[in-house]
Amino acid sequence: MFRAVFRLSSTGARCLVRSKPSISAPLASRCYSHGQVETDEEFDARWVTYFSKPDIDAWELRKGMNTLIGYDLVPEAKIVDSALRACRRLNDMASAIRILEAVKDKAGPHKEIYPYLIQELQPTLSELGISTPEQLGMDKL
Amino acid sequence: MLRLTAGRVGSLVARRATVALTTSSARMASHGHEVSEAVDMSKPMYWDRREIPLPDKRYKDILTPADKSLKEKEKGPWGQLSNEEKLTLYRLSFCQTYPEMKQSSSEWKTVVAGVLYCLGLTGLVIIWQTAYVSPPAPRTFDAEWQAKQVKRMLDMRVSPIEGFAAKWDYEKGQWK
Repeated sequence: MFRAVFRLSSTGARCLVRSKPSISAPLASRCYSHGQVETDEEFDARWVTYFSKPDIDAWELRKGMNTLIGYDLVPEAKIVDSALRACRRLNDMASAIRILEAVKDKAGPHKEIYPYLIQELQPTLSELGISTPEQLGMDKL
Repeated sequence: MLRLTAGRVGSLVARRATVALTTSSARMASHGHEVSEAVDMSKPMYWDRREIPLPDKRYKDILTPADKSLKEKEKGPWGQLSNEEKLTLYRLSFCQTYPEMKQSSSEWKTVVAGVLYCLGLTGLVIIWQTAYVSPPAPRTFDAEWQAKQVKRMLDMRVSPIEGFAAKWDYEKGQWK
């Protein structure tokens, strides 16, 4: 009986060790048994580069945003910044506001993420002249 | 063929029924607006979905001259656009905002009411059935028969160790 108790406690200890503390930047990784796992920075850099393409077209913007929103994470401020600048190059104000709404929706119950994101993006928003949905009264029904 | 039989019977009801049943193309053509237009699914479509923030096409295809001039203004600095103009631009491209998409409806109340109503109707049907349709219960259900059955089971010592007869106190002649 004691051996069973020890076995149980050891698995319990191992479980505790295995679970990492929750990271603020969610990781988009796949559980390969071999192969490289992309780090957060690589992921962010890849997406920033995607949206920074100078001659990005509307389809690429839509595809990029829809794919990004499909991931189980809230995009970093620099990715959203890059996407907003892409909207500016495409003269698409509506999409810029839509992107802000979408990232707010992605945060879900974590209400502190969106204000932080807006705070980080404030310089870009002022520079490009993008109003947040709250400023336009769109967050109310 | 139906019209022939209606003519033979000569009753108003039959004639009205045949008119309802026959699908003359003339009738269909005159009521063209009732038929809904099929959406061309081979072209890009618009939809409001939380997981697809930027749909394949803009919401409003046909732009009024005012909209077109606003679109021209959009090419300039966005700081010059007023809040109303920004909202107009949004509504040109999108039908519902995210809060509007995420609105909950009271449809569930209708669904629950409908389910309970159907269950109630079924209950009434079953009550009527037991009163008028089911045959009388077999005599083995009578209280007297059941009592005799229990006595017989106890006399037989059914499950005497842990089950039925084990719960009967044979000395005192009562349940334990």
